[in-house]
Amino acid sequence: MTETLKITNLHVAVEGKPILRGVNLTINRGETHALMGPNGSGKSTLGNVIMGHPNYEVTDGTIELNGEDISEWDATERARAGIFMAFQRPMAIPGVKMADFLRHATTNVRNPARKEGEELIPMRQFRKELTEKMEQLRMDTEFARRYVNDGFSGGEMKRAEILQMAMLRPKFAILDETDSGLDVDAVKLASQSIAQIGKETAGGDQMGILIITHHDKLLDQNTPDFTHVMLGGKIVETGGVELAHELYTDGYDRIRASYPEAAVAEQVMAEVEAV
Amino acid sequence: MIATALSTTGFSQEVFDAFLAERDEPGWLTDRRVAAWSQFNKLGMPNNRDEEWMRTDIRLFHFDRFAPFAGIEAPSELPPALLATGVDLAGRSVSLDSRSLSNEISDECAKQGVLFGSLDSLVKEHGNLLRPYIERQLVDPNQDKFSALNAALWSGANLLFVPKGVKVARPFHSFTAMSAGGVDLGKTLVILEQGAEATLLTETASTDPEAGGMHCGSIELILEKEARLRYVNLQNWGSGVWHFAHQMGHVGANAGLQWTIGALGSRLAKVNQHVALTGPDAEAQVNGVMFTHGKQHLCYNTHQHHKAPFCRSDLLYKSALQDKSRTVWRGMIKVDEAAQRTDAYQRNDNLMLSTAARADSIPGLEIEADDVRCTHGSTSGRVDDHQLFYAMTRGYTRQEAVRMIVSGFFQQVFDRITIESVRDALGEAIGRRVRDIEE
Repeated sequence: MTETLKITNLHVAVEGKPILRGVNLTINRGETHALMGPNGSGKSTLGNVIMGHPNYEVTDGTIELNGEDISEWDATERARAGIFMAFQRPMAIPGVKMADFLRHATTNVRNPARKEGEELIPMRQFRKELTEKMEQLRMDTEFARRYVNDGFSGGEMKRAEILQMAMLRPKFAILDETDSGLDVDAVKLASQSIAQIGKETAGGDQMGILIITHHDKLLDQNTPDFTHVMLGGKIVETGGVELAHELYTDGYDRIRASYPEAAVAEQVMAEVEAV
Repeated sequence: MIATALSTTGFSQEVFDAFLAERDEPGWLTDRRVAAWSQFNKLGMPNNRDEEWMRTDIRLFHFDRFAPFAGIEAPSELPPALLATGVDLAGRSVSLDSRSLSNEISDECAKQGVLFGSLDSLVKEHGNLLRPYIERQLVDPNQDKFSALNAALWSGANLLFVPKGVKVARPFHSFTAMSAGGVDLGKTLVILEQGAEATLLTETASTDPEAGGMHCGSIELILEKEARLRYVNLQNWGSGVWHFAHQMGHVGANAGLQWTIGALGSRLAKVNQHVALTGPDAEAQVNGVMFTHGKQHLCYNTHQHHKAPFCRSDLLYKSALQDKSRTVWRGMIKVDEAAQRTDAYQRNDNLMLSTAARADSIPGLEIEADDVRCTHGSTSGRVDDHQLFYAMTRGYTRQEAVRMIVSGFFQQVFDRITIESVRDALGEAIGRRVRDIEE
């Protein structure tokens, strides 16, 4: 059976203000989905809610992994169940070396029942794997000794997120603007890497990928099976790769005109935000 | 040895007289003790109108609740020594309730003229050698009631003396234990003659982690020119212990002191840590690692005193605070007029693990020379929800994430501590204490 991440009628609020207003989205392993939409439409919120961010309140709807509702699970459980997000602005953890951080993380995700204090992946095996992945991503080995995201440039953070995805081998990955802040060559490398990693995940099955982006370059090597457009906290239209190209080239005027109710909601949400 | 007859509660004249009668010490030392005892009786208790004590309330502390040398039955087992695990030592000493239990020194060190172990015994055998150092009184008995008391009654004390040019690679370890309700009046005296090098690991612990008691101690480190000392002092008393300490290091020309303080235990600690750079090109690095929980209160007054030109001092104190605990750090860099080309730094970082914890961080500079570089900094932060979430999305449990963030916070100071067993012991002890952050 193909594994599935299914979001049904998802309503989400922050401090009582609605941000998602009934999102429906089904991702099967092996599929690539692009999620586009203007700033403030709720794309990053959707990613954070799928990961279990405690600041967002699910007011209605479900998030199901293979038929099981995971909307009450904490982020740890979701990560260990194989869901991953590459963050737009990952947090720095000063004093903790990238390699140590990832050795713990990798052990936890590959051995979901692990309790704190139990054995980690053997150092030798971990080092070998980490070095291989870093070579694929053309990262300097020095990187492993730096503190997690501490003083990283925008590009370094994004590559570090991709490295983590490569090591954790998730079933489902959300990439939140992994292309922003990267130059053309870096986006190309990122795009190739994601495609490569997507084919290599655990159990031989490919990843299910949700790419949140404003551009279409990341999609060069990761042709989306579906492109979704989000506006005013809803997915209003779904198409193929041609929709991504259209939105990148022409913007969202046609979308706003076609979905006036969502366009009004976008306005309201922007005003609430401004207050 | 102190007879069990000395069981009177409190620090009375009878207790002091009986103490002296039992000691059989050289007259010059007895004279010092008598003078300090008189000072102890003259001085009043510090109060909160005094700048140094205004953040540290000791109204619940009463001398007469404690019985020094009370002959409390020795527990069959001492608490584990954290710093000595897996370390090949040059010597070790153990004391309990201000009484020396055992002292060992390697044959090699003994042959080279190194003295290590009980100062109480060694001062009787080597009085002429030690007298000038003891009479320097680096810790001034007149400073306050606690310094006077220690000068009068110190016992179960440690000595490390390393003669000129002798370099000891292996560390010495001294362990000071206190039984529940006990009293420790310990003193540590380290003397490194010219060009000598040594490492001394000292730790203090109660026989029960929740024990009460009282420690009133002193530390004197004397580094003559070109000497190098790595000194570690881990305070791990039970959670009911009152800890009062005066600590002083004198660093001579071209000498180097690395002084690391770890503070985990006690109910209330009031510590004066003073480093004086007394000869040109002297260097001192001071590292502090504090982890507090419950209602602990740790107060550190640090003093970096530059008396000579071309000296460097660098202080880094880091504390993580859990529950309703509180830390106070008051740091002073004092640069005398003669101390041109001083390079001095002090920094204090605090990580709050609960909203009820509080850290006061008060740096200070007093500079009389005109060609110096003196800087200070302090930060206070909380474990961030976004950091926790980020780590959790990588499969960390919340608890594991908090522990990781706390260990990362201390990494900068651990990077400076060049003794692996010390880094490991502190890291593990802190890891065990971190529970969770409170909302």
